[in-house]
Formats: sequence, structure tokens, C-alpha cells
Amino acid sequence: MSLSGRTNKTSILDKPLSKGKGEVSLNCFALLFSEIVQYCQNKSQTVPELQNRLHELGRKVGVKLIDLYFVRERGGKREIKLLNILLFVKSTLWKTLFGREADKLEHSNDDENTYYLMEKDPLVNKYISVPRDKSSLNCAVFIAGIVEAVLTGTGFPAKVTAHWHKGTTYMVKFDEAVVARDKHLEEK
Amino acid sequence: MSRSSTRFDTKKVNSELVTLTYGALVAQMIKDLDNTDDVSKQLERLGYNMGVRLIEDFLAKTGTGRCLDLKDTADKIQTAFRMYLGVQPNVTNWSPAGDEFSFMLDNNPLTELVELPDDLKGLRYCNIICGVIRGALEMVQLDVQSWIVQDQLRGDTSTEVRVKFIRRLEDAMPAGED
Repeated sequence: MSLSGRTNKTSILDKPLSKGKGEVSLNCFALLFSEIVQYCQNKSQTVPELQNRLHELGRKVGVKLIDLYFVRERGGKREIKLLNILLFVKSTLWKTLFGREADKLEHSNDDENTYYLMEKDPLVNKYISVPRDKSSLNCAVFIAGIVEAVLTGTGFPAKVTAHWHKGTTYMVKFDEAVVARDKHLEEK
Repeated sequence: MSRSSTRFDTKKVNSELVTLTYGALVAQMIKDLDNTDDVSKQLERLGYNMGVRLIEDFLAKTGTGRCLDLKDTADKIQTAFRMYLGVQPNVTNWSPAGDEFSFMLDNNPLTELVELPDDLKGLRYCNIICGVIRGALEMVQLDVQSWIVQDQLRGDTSTEVRVKFIRRLEDAMPAGED
């Protein structure tokens, strides 16, 4: 047992933060994601179980993105308004992660707590053909997980799910308290 | 913020997406398997599956022919590193018999933002690369072994991926088909 080993080690925080412009071939990511789906599938009996696993993995990614992106893109400043954080997700997050903005952001007509984020052709689904007997499976739940973690982690607790509708639609359902707080802010 | 390099048609993705996705997978595996060695093994197998399919893409894109010798193979794998991971490793440490060599990676998109906790120091985090190399070469009739010798995540200055040539595979029919 030596203590010197610990003091000499350079930790990740000693290194400068990368600019985040590194690139990797899409093939690599596609094959990796395919292996991830297979891995999750081997551990699941049903489609919902598989989706839960992918969602959970997405959340692990999302949590890490929060600090990374807010420090790098926003000088450490977080959003406090609901609409702004949604726009952050639609623009900044999407652009940095996937190279372009999400296609559309809509507010639900029936439920003021619900927003829809639409994307015609999510990156993760590009090379996935869904088997007919599992037609409800949408592997973009992985991305839904990322979004959920980012929203929840920045103080806007929400549930985010992915659905087949006009391509893929992510349904963002905020906790009621979030919307109430936002209204309160606006009144001031 | 128009970065032409992140455009879709160039068929590239942000490396952090890959880094974090891979990290999430490894973390999940550690939770599921509970044994570092098993995780390392599983990562290698996962890489193998990827390699088996990746070689097709590599051959199609580069239009490369048969390798003349192992040096040639090493150069081509080096090209593949650049194509797929965007890094350029050095090929070094050839064994006297010329059947073993190493790739030295100074930086590696897989390990950016990654730190191994002390209780996981035995984990071969980059084993997936070894798997890819083994899988890809098997598809071109080369049986190799590949393993991690040095690892930046364990405090080494660079990551060293060792490749050892075992034998040339003869054209064998898949089992059950003669």
C-alpha cells in the first residue's frame, strides 16, 4: 500500500475540457448501438422491458451531458424557464449530439404539461429495421432517456417517452409542479 | 454555429455520444455481471461481433486487396483506426519473429471523460477494440489474438493494443453445410 500512487494520479478534472468536436465514424456508433440493443434484448423477455433498459441507458448518458454542455456552451449558466430549457434541448443538445436540431417542438392542445418533440429520422433508428412482431419497439427510447435525464437533472422533472408518430415523437410530460412554477415566474 | 464537419452526410457522429454511450453500456454491464473479468470478456465479444460486420464496410470503402504480409495488415488496421475512431495509432514493438505487434494510442475517443474507480482497476475498458480487430481479421482468414498491454485508464502514458498472429484460417465451410 503506497499513498504516493494516489497523489501522482492526474484526475480527469486536471485536464482541460475538450471542445467536443471530436468525431467518430457513424458506422462505429451504429454497430455499437446495435450491440447495445442486442445486449438489452438478451436480458429482456418483453418489448417494454427492452425499452426500459434502453431508456435507462439513455438516462445514464443524459446525466453526464448536463454539466458538460452547460459548462461548455453556456458558461455554466443553467436555464430556469420551461420554454428555454425545451429550446436548449431542441437546439443546443440536438445539434451537438446529432449534428442538427430536432425537427419540431409542439405544445399539446389537451394537456398543458405535455410537449412533443418530433424527429423524422432519429440517428439511432437509421439502421434498425423493426421486426414485425415487435412493431411497437422504438429504439429512440434511448434518446428519450437522454432527454428525460437532462430535463430532470436541470430541475424540470419530466417523463419522456418515444412513439412512432410522424417519424418519432418524444412525448415530454412535465410534473405539474414544474408548469405551476413556470407560471408563477411569468407572473412576476 | 454551422460546423460543416458535423453534417450528416459526412457520416460522422459526435465522439462524445459514442464515448458516453459506451460508458453507459460498460456501467450497465458492471451492474449486471458483478465480475470485472466477465465484463472484460463480454466487451471483447461485443467488439468481435462489431468487427465481423465492420470489415465489410472497410473493404467496400477502401477497395483494398489481399495483404501481402502482417506488416501490410498492421498498416491497414492503422487506416481503419483513422477511419472509424479518428485516431492514428503508431505500429510498434514488433516481435523478432514478426508475428506480434502493438498499436500505441495516445488518445482514444472511447476513454475521453472516463475514469476508472480503484475497485475496477482490473477492468479492460478498451477490450472492445481487441474484439473488433479479432472479429474483422477472422473474416479475412486471419486468426489473431489481441489484448490490452498498457492502459491510460490505469495510469500508463498510452494505451497499447497487442496483436498476435496465430494462423491463417483455411476456407472452411460453415458448420452443417457441406
